[in-house]
Amino acid sequence: MAKLKDLEELREEIEQCVKCGACRAHCPVFGAEHREGRVARGKIALSKAVLDGAVGFEQKVVEDLSQCLLCGSCYAQCPNKVPTEEIVAAARRRIAEEQGLSSFGKGVAAVLGRPKLMNLLAKTGGALSSLLFAKLPENSGLRLRFPAPYLEAGRTLPPLTSKPFRERVPEIIAGQPGQPTVAFFTGCGINYMYPAIGEAFLKTLQFMGVTIIIPKDQACCGLPAVSAGAGGTVEQLAEQNLAALTRRPVDYVVTACASCNAGVGKIYADLGPEFSELASKTKDIFVFLAEHGLPEKLAALPKAGKRLRVTYHDPCHLRTRGITKEPRLILQSLPQVEFVEMEAAGTCCGLGGTYSVYHYENSKKIGAKKAGHIKASGAELVATDCPGCIMQLQDSINHAGGKQRAVHILELLAEALPATALSP
Amino acid sequence: MLVPHIIKELQEIVGTANVATDKADLICYSYDATQQQFLPEVVVHPATAQEISRILLLANRELIPDIPRGAGSGFSGGSLPTKGGIVLTTERMDRILAIDQENLVATVEPGVVTEQFQQAVEKVGLFYPPDPASLKFSTLGGNVAECAGGPRCVKYGVTKDYILGLEVVTPTGDIITTGGPTMKGVVGYDLTKLLCGSEGTLGIITKIVIKLLPLPEAKKTMLVLFDSIDGAARAVSSIVGAKIIPTTLEFMDGRTLDCVKQATGLQVPDAARAVLIIEVDGDREFLDKQASRIAEIIQPLGVVETRIAATPAESEALWAIRRAVSPSLRKVNPDKFNEDICVPRSKVPEMIRKVDAIAEKYGIPIVNFGHAGDGNIHVNVMIDKKVPGEMEKAEHAIREVFTGALELGGTMSGEHGVGIAKAPYIPLEITPQTAAYMKTLKKALDPNNILNPGKIFLDS
Repeated sequence: MAKLKDLEELREEIEQCVKCGACRAHCPVFGAEHREGRVARGKIALSKAVLDGAVGFEQKVVEDLSQCLLCGSCYAQCPNKVPTEEIVAAARRRIAEEQGLSSFGKGVAAVLGRPKLMNLLAKTGGALSSLLFAKLPENSGLRLRFPAPYLEAGRTLPPLTSKPFRERVPEIIAGQPGQPTVAFFTGCGINYMYPAIGEAFLKTLQFMGVTIIIPKDQACCGLPAVSAGAGGTVEQLAEQNLAALTRRPVDYVVTACASCNAGVGKIYADLGPEFSELASKTKDIFVFLAEHGLPEKLAALPKAGKRLRVTYHDPCHLRTRGITKEPRLILQSLPQVEFVEMEAAGTCCGLGGTYSVYHYENSKKIGAKKAGHIKASGAELVATDCPGCIMQLQDSINHAGGKQRAVHILELLAEALPATALSP
Repeated sequence: MLVPHIIKELQEIVGTANVATDKADLICYSYDATQQQFLPEVVVHPATAQEISRILLLANRELIPDIPRGAGSGFSGGSLPTKGGIVLTTERMDRILAIDQENLVATVEPGVVTEQFQQAVEKVGLFYPPDPASLKFSTLGGNVAECAGGPRCVKYGVTKDYILGLEVVTPTGDIITTGGPTMKGVVGYDLTKLLCGSEGTLGIITKIVIKLLPLPEAKKTMLVLFDSIDGAARAVSSIVGAKIIPTTLEFMDGRTLDCVKQATGLQVPDAARAVLIIEVDGDREFLDKQASRIAEIIQPLGVVETRIAATPAESEALWAIRRAVSPSLRKVNPDKFNEDICVPRSKVPEMIRKVDAIAEKYGIPIVNFGHAGDGNIHVNVMIDKKVPGEMEKAEHAIREVFTGALELGGTMSGEHGVGIAKAPYIPLEITPQTAAYMKTLKKALDPNNILNPGKIFLDS
């Protein structure tokens, strides 16, 4: 049975914090709001105080614990490797157990746990899009006309699709003999908002001759539920995905969403021994492509005369796990791309799953810094490897009045590839 | 608990949003890197010297302790509210007010993070050298109050060498200025130097005037492995004797090297028992020559291997070895006491031998690394507090380390300050007459003893 850790089980990790303050240099939330309760060290001190009975989950404690993107930036720089994201997530589950989920958390748990309901909502949302949103120029999203539940007016969002990606494609796409078989874990972002990324994924892997399985019964990875403190939902989704992704033998489970990759590849690994094989088989699309020789094939394509200036944003869920080179390698190999590095490519975009719903003001402040760096880089496009980041980056650029577009590297890659599969 | 009318008055001074009395906030401002905890009664976030002045006037009237706090990253407890009271953070006073490129002077508020300031001046080709290990998160106000050091101090000096003037709120609430933006100035007592390193006991710094240097064009890093700590120490003297002052001269002893090897799988020959990381900076064409000159000078001193970085990436890889030290040490034992004694440069090997003997006597691991160039050794006593008796052993060992450093003409603290951590040992280093002189100053300036009481002197 999938089982997430209780806060008490993390006591040893909590006590590893030596209060040096290094996290103050790396926490995006602290960058937006200079208060100790906003930074990892403060949250760890509060978690310790809760465990010791010095304080309960009173309003201010709950508020501080809600002010975390779970981005892992602090962990990456922590000299003692204190897993603040795990500690905060466990504390939020405790809060949910004691006080019940917040109304939004309840919604997250209800919807994520019921894919049929999610499909229905997405389709309805798709049909109602024009009513709810004002279309923005240059394909940069839709602006919410008036506040909707949990969303503030003025936020720009991609349109919801009227037909989810997984309903558009067959469950198995056969590749060429001798090539690996992969399961495509699509995630919700691609399934409901950005089906074009999913199509680009298929085109790329077909080009590589890979056999692709897209299990119909896969569900959300559970990361939004981790963020909301809905532990039971995380465990339920993990088991459902374990069944869906291991029904047929595959060499790899490939993701094109950084958060899904962290969900299946990292969070699941801690849920129990039955998840370890799935977790170890999970690969980010660009790691997979780099390992299977795509950069060399791309290098053989003629370079375009006029190239697009493109910069890269590191999604936290890849960067903090050491995946920074492969997406850049693919991007740099593209014939139509002139790659430029931006300043602070590795800082969080400010989305943080459910964080931006609860704390849109801080989320916007964090995003505004990013939008500034994108502009300063002189790039026309900011490419990344996570639908959540794309949504937030575009919203941040729109608020800053920028003209740049946020895209997935796969979309640029698919454009560059010839239509038919080449022989391997 | 402070009475409601005091809280109300504080709210009137700094605004309701900047006064915190929730238990959660008190917990979040109760600690620093000493890992000790003392709850304040209220946390305030002032934005101006005027607000701080009004808070201190109130505190004198009501006799409430006031504790200034930057990032709370100190190693001596300087920002801990050991007697409760009001914690005043500088978190809202974080503006760089001016960078004067004609006069090479900058003016900042105390809450500016050191590295952010360095990056800002480096963008215009200027340089602020002090580089405490905490520079990514510690604040300039805290750096001045503790007179922070760092690896580059061997060539460039410590924080106080760059502070030209200050705006300070005195313990009784007056706003005064000391020094100014000129390179020279001898009118009146040098209060700037007095306040640098005063650990928040003589005033709250609200503005800092900083001297800047031109940014060196380039730097070159080399890592040298020696077969003994004596070789490494002689290398330091020989380099300096040859009239070369490197930017940094960092050393690690054999025990430190063992920890790093064990934790990171670092590949070095077994014969290596000490490491020096040497960095030189200046004009590009001049650096290669200087690096080879250094290699030549130290070659006869038991060099096992020399690695000279050819690229910034290689330089980074050498520094990564130094940065791996602290995390590696935790694998030896969970609890670490990081003391920062300083001895005359030539006495480093003798001091290391003393420390080794102390470690042996008490049967607890003690590893040494730090700034060989200025004799500032980080002595790390590694214990497990949960094991009965280890804490007592550590206390005895630390006292002997201090005594040993003083016997060699050194000091107990090169850069961390006294705070509460070293307060019990003050009589070892400072004579009663000197202490009385200091206490007379404190008493005259802070008659009600409200500003950071209980720091430096136990009975204050």
